[in-house]
Amino acid sequence: MELLLAITTGVLTAVAVYLMLSKNLLRYLWGLVLLSNAVNFVIFLGGRLTPGAPPLIDEGDYAPAGEVANALPQALVLTAIVISFGLMAFALALIYRTYMTLGTVTSTEMRIAEPRPRKPESDE
Amino acid sequence: MSWLLVYPIVIPLLTAVLTYILRHNPAGRWISVAGTLALLLTSIMLLASVIRDGVIAAQMSDWGAPFGITLVADYLGAVMVVITAITGLATVVYCIGEIPERLERQGFFALLQVLLMGVCGAFVTGDLFNLYVWFEVMLISSFGLLVMGGTREQLDGGVKYVALNLVSTVMFLAGVGILYGITGTLNMADLHLAVREVENTGLLSSVAVMFMVAFGVKAALFPLFFWLPASYHTPPIAVSAIFAGLLTKVGVYALIRVFTLIFDQDVGYTHTLMLWLAVATMVMGVLGAAAMNDFRRILSFHIVSQIGYMVLGLALFTPLGLLGAVFYLVHHIIVKANLFFIAGVAKRIGGSTDLSKLGGLYAHAPVLAFLFLIPAFSLAGFPPLSGFWAKFLVVKAALDAQMWVVAGIALAVGLLTVFSMTKIWGAAFWPDHPEGAKPRLGDIPVFERLAMMLPIGALALLTCVIGLFPEPFVNFAEIAAGQLLDPSDYISTVLGVQP
Repeated sequence: MELLLAITTGVLTAVAVYLMLSKNLLRYLWGLVLLSNAVNFVIFLGGRLTPGAPPLIDEGDYAPAGEVANALPQALVLTAIVISFGLMAFALALIYRTYMTLGTVTSTEMRIAEPRPRKPESDE
Repeated sequence: MSWLLVYPIVIPLLTAVLTYILRHNPAGRWISVAGTLALLLTSIMLLASVIRDGVIAAQMSDWGAPFGITLVADYLGAVMVVITAITGLATVVYCIGEIPERLERQGFFALLQVLLMGVCGAFVTGDLFNLYVWFEVMLISSFGLLVMGGTREQLDGGVKYVALNLVSTVMFLAGVGILYGITGTLNMADLHLAVREVENTGLLSSVAVMFMVAFGVKAALFPLFFWLPASYHTPPIAVSAIFAGLLTKVGVYALIRVFTLIFDQDVGYTHTLMLWLAVATMVMGVLGAAAMNDFRRILSFHIVSQIGYMVLGLALFTPLGLLGAVFYLVHHIIVKANLFFIAGVAKRIGGSTDLSKLGGLYAHAPVLAFLFLIPAFSLAGFPPLSGFWAKFLVVKAALDAQMWVVAGIALAVGLLTVFSMTKIWGAAFWPDHPEGAKPRLGDIPVFERLAMMLPIGALALLTCVIGLFPEPFVNFAEIAAGQLLDPSDYISTVLGVQP
């Protein structure tokens, strides 16, 4: 199971990096979405997998009996999902607004804040 | 006592809520000023308490460390909170003079308070994942502030800022995940102990580099700084000023914290890498500034250059180097924010920040010219201003470490800094205005003029005080550096008996 998740993480990362190398901002954003999900897997795997043992405590007990799944990474992943959802929503809105205002989502055409100087210079 | 650690987070939050509710009411901005003033007072109390009792810590909801979230303040953390409050107060007052009512009604002041909350939270937290959360709070509010108003430049700069900072965020999170996988803890004090028992030191160094990249983007370290000069000159001046003063410095703070407390195992690898990155940052920043022809864009590139000095102090990893880094951090926040404020006034009366469209400020606004000279000379490192001591300490540390080349480059970069400051002086202040205008301070209505000039004067005064009486500040930074290099107090306070 670890191996499968690890490979999935790797594939997700590779796809994400490919998308993020694009000049198109929307592709960049989808790449970022995939990358943040790959990272969620990393955190999840970091807590080690313990299948079939939910971290539940029996009534009256103070600690779970036997070995149970690590609940902390799940809490971390949950937090990370919520945060990245907010950030992605903002980024999507920003890209939409940029498209409406500047008329493009191609990053190389966006030179308003940094107009080309007299001598050519390579940014980005 | 532990409440002192919570105030820097709770006060901006409450202020943000109140100012958002009252955003249509002129009272909103005054609540914002009052809230920031309260933040300043409590942060000074926090600092006093840290000076009196040493490191203080508080466990949230009484979950003992390392299981719960710990808030902790040592010398460095406490002084950063104070400096955040000072910069925040200056910015809020300046905003009253600059920010149009349209933005105010959209909740500008509330977002500003959320930003302050995020910055303060990052300075007082003792938990790595919590640090990530505060970074996000800071990031999302800075996104909002950056594009608020929605001009074409702002959207263009904003896209680049958002895109590159999100990569840094993801990288940070991945680093946290892997570090947790190796050590099983996220409490920074506990991590200090846990990393010593890790056998796979190669993996640890890889994670260290992930953190270096993540915080390097935030701090605008070479070669990760491109988002900064692409975006910092686009928003309203007050926003530029608080970003320039605080945001990159949070990245530097995080680098200092993580690379003294957690990743101090493989100094020969990580810190040497950082040393050369710092040198490259200094050089690239100052060369970029020399090529620019706009008041704010020159200043933006100078942020990058100055970040190099701070990281250099950390990378040397000697007591004097860290002392210099801490001193530099404090000095730079004040000076940089002030220079942006001055650029704002110059824009207001001169009509532009483009140097070729400015002029006559020395003849018609001599007060502004004088106030410009203080932070500009301080930035360049002229004695007896604060920047001289900051540069002196870092360069001395490099010489003591027998890094002759590094010290030489640091001094040369200082010279080039003078060059671009004289460029601003020689274009905006000295010659006549190209269109024959007479940019006078008196053109701004009295009330707004007061709101804009007061923070400039106060910060300039602070620069002079640090420059003329450096001893208490250096002593303070020395203790801060000592705590960073020997974190036993930090660890015993966090992990030891419950406060």
